[in-house]
Amino acid sequence: MSDIFDIYLLEGVLNGLLLGGLLALLSLGLNLVFGVIDVVWICYAELIMCGMYAVYYLHVQYHWPLLLAMLAAIGVVAVLGWLLHQLVIRPVLHAEPINQLLVTGGVLFFLQAAATLAFGIEFKNLGVTLPSVRLGEMSFSAARLVAFGAALGGVIALYLFLTRTYLGTAIRAISQDRSIMPLMGVDPARIFAITSALGGALAGLAACLLVLQYDIHPAIGLSFGPITFLICVLGGLGNMLGGFIAAFIFAQFIAVGGFFFAVEWGYVIAFIFFIAVMFWRPRGILGK
Amino acid sequence: MLRVAELSAGYGGFQALFDATLEVNAGEAVAVIGPNGAGKTTLLRAISKLIEPSRGTLTFAGQSLASLPAHAVVARGIAHVPENRRLFPRLTAEENLRMGAYTSRGAYTERLAQVYALFPRLKERRDQPAGTLSGGEQQMCAIARALMSGPKLLLLDEPSAGLAPVVVQSIFELVRRICAEGYTVLIVEQNIRQVLKVVNRAYLLDTGRIVRSGSAAELMAAPEIQKAYLGL
Repeated sequence: MSDIFDIYLLEGVLNGLLLGGLLALLSLGLNLVFGVIDVVWICYAELIMCGMYAVYYLHVQYHWPLLLAMLAAIGVVAVLGWLLHQLVIRPVLHAEPINQLLVTGGVLFFLQAAATLAFGIEFKNLGVTLPSVRLGEMSFSAARLVAFGAALGGVIALYLFLTRTYLGTAIRAISQDRSIMPLMGVDPARIFAITSALGGALAGLAACLLVLQYDIHPAIGLSFGPITFLICVLGGLGNMLGGFIAAFIFAQFIAVGGFFFAVEWGYVIAFIFFIAVMFWRPRGILGK
Repeated sequence: MLRVAELSAGYGGFQALFDATLEVNAGEAVAVIGPNGAGKTTLLRAISKLIEPSRGTLTFAGQSLASLPAHAVVARGIAHVPENRRLFPRLTAEENLRMGAYTSRGAYTERLAQVYALFPRLKERRDQPAGTLSGGEQQMCAIARALMSGPKLLLLDEPSAGLAPVVVQSIFELVRRICAEGYTVLIVEQNIRQVLKVVNRAYLLDTGRIVRSGSAAELMAAPEIQKAYLGL
């Protein structure tokens, strides 16, 4: 009896690990943009929603091969991120933070409403069902395994880009001292635009992974937007390593809490933990 | 090499520099000296276009800098070591140097070797976050970062500021070596006694106006400088 108990607990922990990878990827783009540009994209999850629709339409309606549709969707959301910066963020770049929050909040509702108009409120799905993978007594969703692998790949690729290339180094540098970047021969406006496209591309990658597991509807952003935002805050907003750690902590609360009680209780415990951490470290685990 | 003619600049409604005219020739080391708030930093910021001059002309190597945005000035051959060093504190020393070479990546490896030859200490500290370096090391790193762009003209803003007296000596020694290597240098300093030992010529800036110019020896001997700034 106790053997079975342990193996299901292990399954819970491992599922938490898989979920953590996905949550880490979700937090990555938001943290990158905030860390560099100092603006919170409240509408981040709605960009992901657009990416999910892009995959759906290209694959299901236009019969593109799934991988190609996903690559295109990443490109589409990267362009959306770039447009968001050029059209909405740039004019308020030096405005009060509350104004910046409000404009991206406006974009959230705009995208939701636009998606409702354009795509309707019906739930859509790819109709792709990945099998579950059995490992001894335990079973894992293949979609989650794929998501975990892709998320880890995305994190590593981003890390290498930020540490090994001139552009990546400039992206890290600009978050530390914006005003002297021109002395390095770097045009800050260009770095901001590139960072926004990159943040969009990461949202697009998240969309490709979520679309394998969830139905698409115009309000889907609301079901993982808040949790993404909380993970970023928990890790220290703008701190990518913090977000990464926080994602795995959060996922363990959800998965293991869900194992001992019900799945909903997992979320309750995770949010109580979040609130407690906010009392203890208001700027997040690795916040400064 | 650099000609500044009747340059005025300021911040918003506040004018900090009035009709400054000066010249730096190739191979020269020139200082702009003066008290705190004289407009020295404003002058350098206007030359590298971090602020847009309100009046006057800037000519470098025969070409006007008027229409250039700040980030295009480096590629023309002007590197600016800003006031307070302004390293990227959480990048390593070597990553700071990489940023300095942003516009001239092809020459990175070669220049890195040159810069490490000039500052062996930086090579020891290459993987350390710049924010954890000592004040003197940070100044070396800031100068090295500027040299990484392979400049024709090096602008130095108060390299001795905020450093311990012993370190100040070694920084001026470094500046002397950089001048000896053939770099053209325009340096602004409050530490008049020290800087005049290093440069060929100097201008005295006071409340935004250039009030005197001459060879280093002339300025050192000038009665108003001896009285007001050297306390003799």
